[in-house]
Amino acid sequence: MSRIFDRRDFLKLSGAAAALAAAGCATTSQKARVVVIGGGFGGATAAKYIRMWDPAIEVVMVERANIFTSCPISNLVLGGSKTMEDIRHSYDGLRRHGVQVVNDEATAVDAEKKLVKLENGGELKYDRLIVSPGIDFMFDQITGYEAAMKTNRVLHAWKAGAQTIELQKQLAAMKDGGVFVLSVPLAPYRCPPGPYERACQVASYFKKTKPRSKVLILDANPDVTSKGPLFKKAWAELYPGMIEFRGNSKAVGVDAQTGTVKLEVEDVRGDVLNVVPPQRAGDIAVKAGLITANNRWCGVDWRTMESAAVKGVHVLGDATLSAPLMPKSGAMANQHAKICASAVVAMINGQAPNPEPKIANTCYSFVSDGEAIHVASVHTWDDKDKTLKTVPGSGGVSSARNAMEAGYAWAWAVNVWQDTLG
Amino acid sequence: MRIALVCAAAIVAVAPLAVSAQERNTGRDLAASCAMCHGTDGRGAVGYEPLAGMAKADLVRKFTEFRSGVKPATVMHQISKGYTDPQIEQIAAYFAAQKR
Repeated sequence: MSRIFDRRDFLKLSGAAAALAAAGCATTSQKARVVVIGGGFGGATAAKYIRMWDPAIEVVMVERANIFTSCPISNLVLGGSKTMEDIRHSYDGLRRHGVQVVNDEATAVDAEKKLVKLENGGELKYDRLIVSPGIDFMFDQITGYEAAMKTNRVLHAWKAGAQTIELQKQLAAMKDGGVFVLSVPLAPYRCPPGPYERACQVASYFKKTKPRSKVLILDANPDVTSKGPLFKKAWAELYPGMIEFRGNSKAVGVDAQTGTVKLEVEDVRGDVLNVVPPQRAGDIAVKAGLITANNRWCGVDWRTMESAAVKGVHVLGDATLSAPLMPKSGAMANQHAKICASAVVAMINGQAPNPEPKIANTCYSFVSDGEAIHVASVHTWDDKDKTLKTVPGSGGVSSARNAMEAGYAWAWAVNVWQDTLG
Repeated sequence: MRIALVCAAAIVAVAPLAVSAQERNTGRDLAASCAMCHGTDGRGAVGYEPLAGMAKADLVRKFTEFRSGVKPATVMHQISKGYTDPQIEQIAAYFAAQKR
């Protein structure tokens, strides 16, 4: 058992961290403290499952937002069949599991002293740290992006929240006959089918309210990166003539004045510009020295999710250097978190972690307000290549879009929110 | 004497359930994957079959029928092909032991 807290630490703390430390003081019988940075699908699930599987471990989760906003289903807010209210969820469920939720921003990690520094002052000491920071954007890859973003002339809406609301507003204000430009970065990026689902949802909205409008997808990839044939069939049959797809069309600049997205060889004008920039692991992963690949992603040991760079620190979700054929998705982050929770509980209790973890993924996309499609995969530990690999013969996509899958898709969302936060 | 008897009874009751921590956790860890759709510990999900408290033989049968294609499915025929017989047994044993 390790020491988690002492008087000296207490005197260094202030604000929320101090209040928390005071609570921690009363529970020094806890066998260890795990700090989780980030309350998305990865961080929240890890926090909950560690408490479920060993209630003697103290879990502190640091999250800058005071409410969870789900990226899955956020495209339906743009389509108009769901509201922001539907995708927002409280952290109270985690509190009922005994997770201490600290509403603050983690600004630095001192892995030697095992400390997390918080923006509003104070530090949190940990025995093991879990970093689930999601993504941040590489705005510098697209000339003029940051300037255009300041005036909302360009949006990413690739983190659900204020940008989702703004994009919805701009779509509502757009004239009938306008062009919605959706620019997709080179893979890997968060949620491979997300852009194509968004194209469907915006088209679904246009079809009802401004039927002369167009959706133009400028994709840096040569072709649709996920569920391609199913999406293309849906575009052709549900929104004929409305959605245009252009592959090998990487955005390199944005001009706010002229309302254009600059490709390598031409400029494309649009009325609403939704340019999703290239991405990397969230800022705190950079600051904590967790980036190991292409200056973008965090390598991990998939048996424990422990960082390949920093001992005692685990990384989850979109921030990881993805295993082969593993999408960056909320569903995968939820599954990473369970590998991590199991390993962290074992390690703290002096046991060996599960030597061959196996996780499954099911990811739905709504092609309209009433029909959905899915992709599924099973990922298992491969001892030879030391990574998670898909099981040959398993997984696949929907045979066809249909209403039954839409029912499952919405239930999936309700259930994964509950499994993550409830 | 009476205390000793009570203790002996307790040991007898516990012994058949005794498995190593690792064995127990393998089933738990595999089953945790299912929770994303079927609810934490197989409870409380909407629109998906509840798994908590399902008889082990029933779950094994359904899972293997999905895998062989006997039982029609939208997703489970694809997921089930990722699991071996012993893994299906472990998952089923875990859910069978959960309260409904």
